[in-house]
Parts: sequence; C-alpha cells; structure tokens
Amino acid sequence: MAGIVRYGSYIPYFRLQRQAIGAGRGERAVASYDEDAASLAVEAGRDALRGGLSVDTLIFATTSPPYAEKLNAATVQAALDLPESVAAFELSATTRAGASAVALGLDLAQAGQRVLVCASDVSVGAPGGIREAQGGDAGVAFVLGPDSEAIARLVGKAARTVEILDVWRIPEERFPRSWEERFAAETLGPAVVDTTKQALAAAGVQPQSLSHVVLDGVNPRTLAQLPRALGIEPGKVADALTQSIGRCGCAHAGLVLASVLDRAQPGDRILVVSEADGVDALVFEVTERIRSAPKPRPVQRWIDSKRNDLAYPTYLKWRGILPFEPPRRPDPERPAAPVMRRHERWKMAFVGSRCQRCQTGHLPPQRVCVHCGAVDDMREERFADTSCRVTTYTLDYLAYSLQPPVVVAVADYEGGGRFSCELTDVDPKQVKIGDQLEMTFRRLYTAQGVHNYFWKARPMR
Amino acid sequence: MASKGIKDRVAIVGMGCTPFGEHWDKGPEDLLIEAAREAYASANVDPEQVDAYWLGTMASGFSGLMLSEALKIPYKPVTRLENMCATGSEALRNAAYAVASGAYDLVMAIGVEKLKDSGFSGLAMANPPHDGTISSMTAPATFSLLAPAYSKKYNVPEDTLKQVLARIAWKNHKNGARNPKAQFRKEVSMDTICNAPPVAGMLGIFDCSGVSDGAAAAILCRAEDAHKYTDKPIFIKALAFAAGPAEGYFSQNYDFTTFPEVVRSAEDAYRQAGVTNPREEISMAEVHDCFTPTELVLMEDMGFSPRGQAWRDVLDGRFDGDGPQPVNPDGGLKSFGHPIGASGLRMMYEMWLQLRGEAGPRQIANPKLGLTHNLGGAPGRCVSFVSIVGL
Repeated sequence: MAGIVRYGSYIPYFRLQRQAIGAGRGERAVASYDEDAASLAVEAGRDALRGGLSVDTLIFATTSPPYAEKLNAATVQAALDLPESVAAFELSATTRAGASAVALGLDLAQAGQRVLVCASDVSVGAPGGIREAQGGDAGVAFVLGPDSEAIARLVGKAARTVEILDVWRIPEERFPRSWEERFAAETLGPAVVDTTKQALAAAGVQPQSLSHVVLDGVNPRTLAQLPRALGIEPGKVADALTQSIGRCGCAHAGLVLASVLDRAQPGDRILVVSEADGVDALVFEVTERIRSAPKPRPVQRWIDSKRNDLAYPTYLKWRGILPFEPPRRPDPERPAAPVMRRHERWKMAFVGSRCQRCQTGHLPPQRVCVHCGAVDDMREERFADTSCRVTTYTLDYLAYSLQPPVVVAVADYEGGGRFSCELTDVDPKQVKIGDQLEMTFRRLYTAQGVHNYFWKARPMR
Repeated sequence: MASKGIKDRVAIVGMGCTPFGEHWDKGPEDLLIEAAREAYASANVDPEQVDAYWLGTMASGFSGLMLSEALKIPYKPVTRLENMCATGSEALRNAAYAVASGAYDLVMAIGVEKLKDSGFSGLAMANPPHDGTISSMTAPATFSLLAPAYSKKYNVPEDTLKQVLARIAWKNHKNGARNPKAQFRKEVSMDTICNAPPVAGMLGIFDCSGVSDGAAAAILCRAEDAHKYTDKPIFIKALAFAAGPAEGYFSQNYDFTTFPEVVRSAEDAYRQAGVTNPREEISMAEVHDCFTPTELVLMEDMGFSPRGQAWRDVLDGRFDGDGPQPVNPDGGLKSFGHPIGASGLRMMYEMWLQLRGEAGPRQIANPKLGLTHNLGGAPGRCVSFVSIVGL
C-alpha cells in the first residue's frame, strides 16, 4: 500500500479579471513575467518538502515546458536542492499528466520508493478564446510514499487511454485548438463513468460513502454526467476553483485535491477524476496522520494573497503575445554554461556559505571569509527558506525589465548573511526599510534561448 | 605602514583636456590626439621627449596600441589600464610612480572614454561570462541605496534630504556654467532638479552625472626637473588607492552611509601629505559626484564634515564655488559627464588650473592644497582613489 505523505501548492500573486477581457465573471491566476512552469513547480515542491524529506524519484508534469529539449525536471530538482542521485522524469503533452504522474508515483511508492510529483502549468490561450479566459497558472506537489507515512492512502485506481481529437496543439503553434466540445463529451463521457466505477470497485468504496469528489477535465462537459450516473450528491463535489483562479492545466486536479486535503478529516474518502485524452481515477482514504503531519500553506491562503488589477495589455506582454518597445538598454546576456555549472548550488538552490571560525554568512558562497580571512573553512548553508529584512532599497527605473521599475533591496538574513536581491510580487510604493521578505525561485529573463533562473525575494505571502 | 608616498618628488608640468560632451564627430583616437597635443604644448615638449605612457580606458579600446597607433608613438612603452570609474586617476598614479622610481624622466598619463557611440543612455558595461546571478541594478540604483539609509540613520526627513541632494546638483551645475569645457553649461533651478523624472529611488535625472565623451592628459617629471618645462609646476603630495574586499556586500555591519574604501584612501592620503585637519587644510576638492548622494557621503568620508553633518554643510553652502571649501569648482561629473577613463585626469586638470591661477571666473582665491577623489564600483564594493596636490 502507498499514499500521499505530504503535499504543497503554489498560486501566483497576480489575477486577471475576466471582466477586463469581456469574458464574464471571476478571475484567473496569472504567472508573473518572471515565472514559468518550472518555477511554479519549484514553489509548490518547496511547500511539500518543507522541513526536509528525502525522495528517491521526481516526476514533473506540465504541458508548458520551458525547454522543449533539456530536462526541465532537472531544473526543478536542482532548485529544490535534491541530490543528483534522485531519478527525474518528465510527463507532458496532456493536462491529465498531473494526475497520471500521481498515479505513477503511487506505483513507485508501492514498490518502496518515496516520490515527489510536481505538476504545474502556465496556461496560455489565444486572445479572446476560452483557454485564455478560463485557464489559470499554478503548481502543486505531492510526496508519495509507503502506507506507514501516508496522510491519505490510495485504496483504488483505474485509468483509460483514448485516442481522440479533442484538445491539441502542434509544437510549432503557441495556442491549443479544440474540437466541438459535445463530441468528446458524448464519446468520452461514458468512458469516464466506467473508469471511475472501476476505481471505486477496486477500492471497495460505494460512491455514496465518498466525502469529497475532485473532478477535473480539459473538457468539463465529459464530467457533467458523472455525479448523477454514480449517485453522488452534488454537495460532495469539491469547488473546482475556476471562479477564483481558473483551470490550471496539469496542476489543477492536484490543486483541488490539495484544497480538499486542507480540510479533510481522518476516514474521509476522496475520489479524484482527471480527464484528458482518457481518464485517471484515484480513490484515497484519509488517515489519522493528517492531524499530526506538517501542514503546508492552505490553497485558500494562496488564493486570498493576490493582486487582481493586472491590465490586459500587461498580461499579453508578459506572455510574449504583445510586442513592446524594449528599454534602451543592452539586451540581457545569456549566462554561460560552465559558470552556471560551477555555481549550480548557489544559482539553483540558493546555497551560500558560513565561516566555521567566525560564523559570518556569505551569499554567494566564498572561499575566503570577508570578516576573519579564514581560507576554505566554510560550510554550505541554504538560505532559500531563511527569512530576511530590508536594510535599504531602491526602485530602478532604468534597468531592463518586463515590469519596471526593478525593485532591489539589500536583504539581511536571520542568523547573519546579506544579499542584494531583486524583489518580485511587490508594490514598489509599499517597500520600506525593515520589511520582512521570503525567497522565491524565478526565471529572471531569457536570452538567446537560455532561461536564466535564480532567486528573488518577495513580501511574505 | 600602508604606503610611504612620494610627497614632493613628482611634478605635473603640463596638462590637456578636451571639451567633454557628445562628440558625434570624433572617435576616441581624435580625443586622445587633442588631449595629448594640448598637454605637449602646455609642457613645451616635443612628443619624442616623453619616455613612456599610461593610457586609461575602461572599454573604448584595448592595449597600448590604442594610443601608440593614434599618436604614432614610435616603439615606446605604453601601458593600458582599467580600474573602473577610477581609471583616469589610476593612469596618473602609475605614471607618477614610474617617474619617482627613476626609470623614466618624462611620462604621460592619458585617459579617454567614448560613451556616446553605444546607443544607450547611461553606462553600458559588458560582463565577463557569468552565471546569470549578477545584479541587474544600474549604477544610479546602486548609489541611490545611500539615500534611504542616510535618511534613516541621521533622522533627516526624506523631503529634506531631497533638497540636500538637489542643492548638490544645483551647485555643480552652477560651477559648470562657468566652465567652457563642461558638457552642460547652464545653471539649473532647484525646482527643475526636484521635479525631474525619476531614475532610481530618490534620484531624478539631475541627481545623475551625464554621459559624455572626452579625454585628458598630464605630463609628469621628477620634482627637481619641473622648472625645465614650466614656471608653474604643481607637485604631488599624496596618491592613495584602496580596493575593498566587498565587505558591504556580505556583512550586515555595513549600513550604506559611508564608503570604507574612501575613508581608508583618504586617511592614507592625509598621512602621506601631512594633513591633519582636512576640513581646514584642503583648499578645494574635485570629488566623484557620479550621483548626488555620493558627494554627500564623500564629504563625511573625507573628513570635510563630521558624521551626520554633511547635509547641513551642503545647505549652508560650505562647498559652493564661493564657499569656504569649494567642492567640484569645475562643475564635477554633473556638468562634465563621466567618460570613465578621462574623469580622474579631468579632475586633476581643474587642480592644475586653480593652483596656477588660470581658472578664470571660477578661480578660487589663493588655493594651497587641492584634492581629487575618484571612485569605481558601488556602495559596499568599490575602489577609491585620493590625491593631494599643491604648489
């Protein structure tokens, strides 16, 4: 037996009001200009691993991989400071990949491994279309492990793969296309019901005894008939969060599951159904351990922590859809592979050093202590989860950015250590000396086809 | 002992300086030729008499060939050097030591920078291959960090500090208006300065030095030979330089209201020159006013004002052209812009004019000791040069 050991989630700070694009009510979550699927996955993964937990395998699922060739999971792994001995895999091509990754991770957990699954997406649709209005950006993460550690044990699952032209996109195109929705609804709908029944039967669980039902699909119509077909009370179906954040691709089924786990009680039975190019159905039973396990940040806290006045042209500019005049500054330079490799622990995991003789912290890590001069007498220290405070700051109106002004703070870390950090998810007018900050993993810019990842600081969320 | 110094052993016997500005019609080689020719003429020497050259440029060219090719210097030593924004001063310092050593009789220090060909406003500096984690902050942003820190530490309200900074810009523009070689030769009102568009933090456009092209040169010899070349040589009393360990980048002890590198290099210079009370003994100074908060903090780091008091001295007009201790009488980086390799020698050019009584409408009455200060880098991580010269 195996189950969910921990989980974590991440929803970006910005929301686009659907009203701003003439698309009805509610809002969608928007990854900032410096975020992508890898950085969203890292933020969710950090939440799931907080407090330290070793894993054997990482599975990363996204339909919006930052690199088409080059393992994005390796970026996630390095930023989470996981050892290189961790096997990393990437699932893509369908928004069901998030749920499939959990199913696959549970199989590996069954075989004795501890597995981290990160699923995330930056859902981009053509301007004026449904994906743009109804999509969202987020990340979610699950640590899957043995029954003995589980807060929610897997009691049954089933899957089906269907070759069908419903939602698709060729690599050369930016935006997905879709067939008439009723076609998949009528063709796939019965398969969804069958597969779900199969999972419930494997679990020995009656639909009526389910406490929470998570339904997620690339084509929501395929799920419409499921509750009635199985006799599930509508009240048991979890809020799909589409009004507050939109449907966040690969992350979405997991994100709704996480919101359910945030309030689940021991003994609760949870059904998760994820549809796209087929279906994954998973049945969990919540254990006593959910009371004692470390709690991640609740999904609702991420939903509530937001800025929802994003202008539509800004959104289009951030996604690279709307061309704009660049600042009259040199273009950012592509970082160099050998230097990135030498400094990988610093760049990706935000690992600095601390002098063993005088305890002075160094960011980036140094060989010679700036305070006492000791040479090669340092130990590594990760500052990614250390909070810091603003000592002085500036707003740089001249520096290259998709969101000027660039806000920079000299940040002093708790326990010693200082770094001049770029701030993000911040209102430039609100920054002041003494503000508390937390670190966040971001994509600073892309130059000559190279994504430049590093850490920034943000006001506590 | 940090440095023994070469007090009164080396003289400057000739100088040249091009007008600073947007020289769309001149390349760096043209600027070098102009500055060098003016310096040769000023020292009454033929180019053949100069034994060796030090060329300072940050990024406008490479190697000694940049100078030897432009000037057609036949087979003499030409050293090209770079030390960020202190590059011009560094050329002078190294040339002076070569003369003091006895290796050469007559040398030239020359600095040049051609910034206006880049197509960008502000400094555009190329980095060596890097890991992508280096700061994206522009120069004005790094120096603007001084303002909120100073405001908080000394309890100077931000609007008062804004006036103080504007007063520095106003003063330097007023001085520059009286200088035919300055890039900007107009006085600017306090109102215009205070209401200028923002660049970084509290800094508006007028809190930042301009961007310009220019070159300046000095001819140096041993003190005992000085009168062979000119009736009015000026003598080097001190040359100090400090490169910091970047302590301010790492240590929480650094509070962004001082440049430790400047404090050290100023102390060293005062020791070499025998100056014990810089506020009284230094007649005038050309300092690195790259941004207005820099000049404010420099006044304290160099001992012209007590800690936390420079802002009052600025408002009192202590450093005005007609004040008791003029600072940047030529208009400073504010009026000249900052062609990196040239600025340090441009500062020395003003000392040369002032000490010889040739500064025209800007002339300071009876100056004894002049100080130049050149800074490269950013608060927390910089190099600092201080020289003292006199008659």
